[in-house]
Amino acid sequence: MPSPPSDHPLIRRNPRLAEKAIEAAIRLSAFFVIAALALIFIFIAREAVPLLTSAEVHEEVTVSRMVAPLPNGKFSWQPVSTVPKYSLLPLLAGTLKVTLVALLIALPLAVGAAIFTSEFAPPGLREVIKPVIELLAGIPSVVIGFFALMVVATWVQEAFGLVYRLNAITAGIGLSLAVIPIVYTVAEDALSAVPQSFRDGSLALGANRWQTAWRVVLPAAMPGVMAAGVLGFGRAIGETMIVLMASGNAAISSLDPRESFRSISATIAAELGEVVHGSAHYHVLFFLGALLFVITFLLNLAGHAWAARLRTRLEGGGRR
Amino acid sequence: MTGRTRAAALGFTGLTGLACLLIVAMTAVVLGNIALHGTERLSWEFLSESPRQMTHGGIFPAIFGTFALVLLMTVAGVPVGVAAAIYLQEYARQDSKAVLAVRLALENLAGVPAIVFGLFGLGFFIQFTGRGIDRLFFSGELTFGQPCILWAALTLAVLTLPTVVVATEEALRAVPRAYREAAYAAGATRWQVVRYVVLPQSIGGILTGTILAVSRGAGEVAPILFTGAAYFLPQLPDRLNDQFMELGYHIYVMTTQSPDVEATRPVLYATVFVLLALTFALNFVAVLIRARVRARLRAA
Amino acid sequence: MTVRIEARSFGVRYRAAPALKDISLEVRSNEIFAIIGPAGGGKTTFLRSLNRINDLVPERSIEGALLFDGIDLYRVPVDIPELRRRLGMVFAVPVPLPGSIYDNIALGPRLRGGGRRADLDAVVERTLRAATLWDEVKDRLSLSALRLSGGQQQRLCLARTLALDPDVLLLDEPCSGLDPISTAKIEEALTELKARVTVVLVTNNVMQASRISDRTAFFLQGELVEVSETRRLFTNPSDRRTLEYISGRFG
Repeated sequence: MPSPPSDHPLIRRNPRLAEKAIEAAIRLSAFFVIAALALIFIFIAREAVPLLTSAEVHEEVTVSRMVAPLPNGKFSWQPVSTVPKYSLLPLLAGTLKVTLVALLIALPLAVGAAIFTSEFAPPGLREVIKPVIELLAGIPSVVIGFFALMVVATWVQEAFGLVYRLNAITAGIGLSLAVIPIVYTVAEDALSAVPQSFRDGSLALGANRWQTAWRVVLPAAMPGVMAAGVLGFGRAIGETMIVLMASGNAAISSLDPRESFRSISATIAAELGEVVHGSAHYHVLFFLGALLFVITFLLNLAGHAWAARLRTRLEGGGRR
Repeated sequence: MTGRTRAAALGFTGLTGLACLLIVAMTAVVLGNIALHGTERLSWEFLSESPRQMTHGGIFPAIFGTFALVLLMTVAGVPVGVAAAIYLQEYARQDSKAVLAVRLALENLAGVPAIVFGLFGLGFFIQFTGRGIDRLFFSGELTFGQPCILWAALTLAVLTLPTVVVATEEALRAVPRAYREAAYAAGATRWQVVRYVVLPQSIGGILTGTILAVSRGAGEVAPILFTGAAYFLPQLPDRLNDQFMELGYHIYVMTTQSPDVEATRPVLYATVFVLLALTFALNFVAVLIRARVRARLRAA
Repeated sequence: MTVRIEARSFGVRYRAAPALKDISLEVRSNEIFAIIGPAGGGKTTFLRSLNRINDLVPERSIEGALLFDGIDLYRVPVDIPELRRRLGMVFAVPVPLPGSIYDNIALGPRLRGGGRRADLDAVVERTLRAATLWDEVKDRLSLSALRLSGGQQQRLCLARTLALDPDVLLLDEPCSGLDPISTAKIEEALTELKARVTVVLVTNNVMQASRISDRTAFFLQGELVEVSETRRLFTNPSDRRTLEYISGRFG
């Protein structure tokens, strides 16, 4: 084969320098983002791991001592007393309590509203509801925390005749305001993804609209609705400012929603500012953070996987 | 239809409708309450003066700090995030396992609590990077190894990064493949395809997603609790390693640490109102852009 | 007549599956070279290998050689944007880009930095005339290209490709979705363009190939069954399968 002339205009000679520079910048940005991702995992782990490995930290606290009862048979969280006590139980109880209250309020409301908008509401009404949800989603959590503490707390205390002004009902109501938008959005997406043919088929068989919604659309969209719940749970468990402001921050091992409590996230927020860098307390707080990180990351993974499965299932079903 | 099923139908529809109504009502109550009480104390002095004790003066330093923080965070995070999304969507091999893993991590990091990012900011930016800089350049004297506006802004930038990348990728993905092919067929280089076809088509979506991400980041207080915000500072921050006042943090401290809640209430409400107004203004811009993009797509 | 494009035992695989096997043929300058055959026969793959737009498909491998003006496109460091300019492509589905008629045509020149208004005006008029669209749109060049009819959009795409000043036109079933009048206009344009460019026309419309092409190749299941003068292929094909295809027995 005769070799082509090397000065042929089709042969690449000078590299496009500007193009190369831009491409390098884009690659560098991607590298930055990936590096940031890696650093988040690495640095949370780096500061949490001494709780498992450092002998110095073990003099003050170990993971097994965080779960086991104290010598006096109780579970307390008192990291800054002369004998620091690091029982996880009160924090877990507090987190669980407020999350449950929030989900009990948010799930029925958000899923119900999602069903209403996708199945029953006239299009005009839909155009009102969605922006309202976006408005709600746009309220910073510190504002919700403020509102819970200043307004909701008074109402709840009067309505239920409670001893404590700040308790899991108040914080849970505030928290539900932060959870509702995400549950609604994911659930509504899932319900709208159900093909119209499912509804037509059901209506043609003589079912009315609510039977169609309840027996056909909701089951078809179930993985997506579950995903909504799981993502809402993830949002609730890690939310900090609302709980920090409206919980009373008392580390009590009680599941009674009428009592004050302290959550994992609020503990980190309240104590990290004062803590000595590198102390046992510091590493315990990072360990709590790592715990939150892992839990929420896994919940999100599960939620997104369910939502994705719904999409493939409905798309597969729609084509056939 | 029998009477019972009709009743059930009405009941079910009514209940879901009620859920909707309740959500709308709750939102209205929160916003209405804040608008009602928040505007009482609002005045030009309140916006332009420094605070005097808890109950007097204005909140100008907090407004200034919030603006500076958001600006720094946007400059540090958004361009990198958008460029990274361009890389993932337009340059990287779509079937690569690494790209899938990065996408998965980004998507799920968007749901990791803000407080975790605060921990990261403290551990990485202040303790590791800041102290490192101090040892290297300031012979160990505390300069960058402490909370300041730079680290707070970078922490928030990292917090918003996943959302920016995910939203930008979504906007880029919405550009039809055929457009890219048509540009390539016209002899465009990869960057030219991005520059002349993909970006003009997706810029509305990118802006909307980015502004919403920034607005979300701007409202977060948890990450700046221990990376740079301060309750009261007589001076505005003028260096990157200064601490700063911030609206959200100001609200948090005034709400939880005021000795006399009744006396602080008017100032507090007005501050909340200002923060909400700023956040919603950002969101409103995003919604406007989105509406324009949708209208354009419908016309096409 | 000089040879512009030459395939030597050229083949393409997607993952492991062969899409094109052992193709050897020549396209000469200033002819209309038609490629016919049923869907899935590798016609489009061949066309998209020529301007290397198939590079965008991952896990694709190449066998043999494909030459343009004597340059082995897959063995020499080819300037791909320049290659795609010289081998301009029109797709099966019209792809007008969002933006005005004018902007669509100006895209190619602008990509190469040729943005002078007067020059562009001339290019726009020349290419729209060549694509037989000028009279229909000359008063509304700033109209969005997306508002044209399908037939007009495809002629706009032809004009946009012509604005690249190509040596070869690669047409991938350019009339597949069009009405007979638009089809006739495009065919008329191609016949006139032949004087200046070489045309490779992939079509599943046998009649179109017989109407306007000089030579025709018949692709079947990734293989080249037959290539010859169009008149001969349609009157006296040497392969039984060609006869069956052109007489409408399958495909």
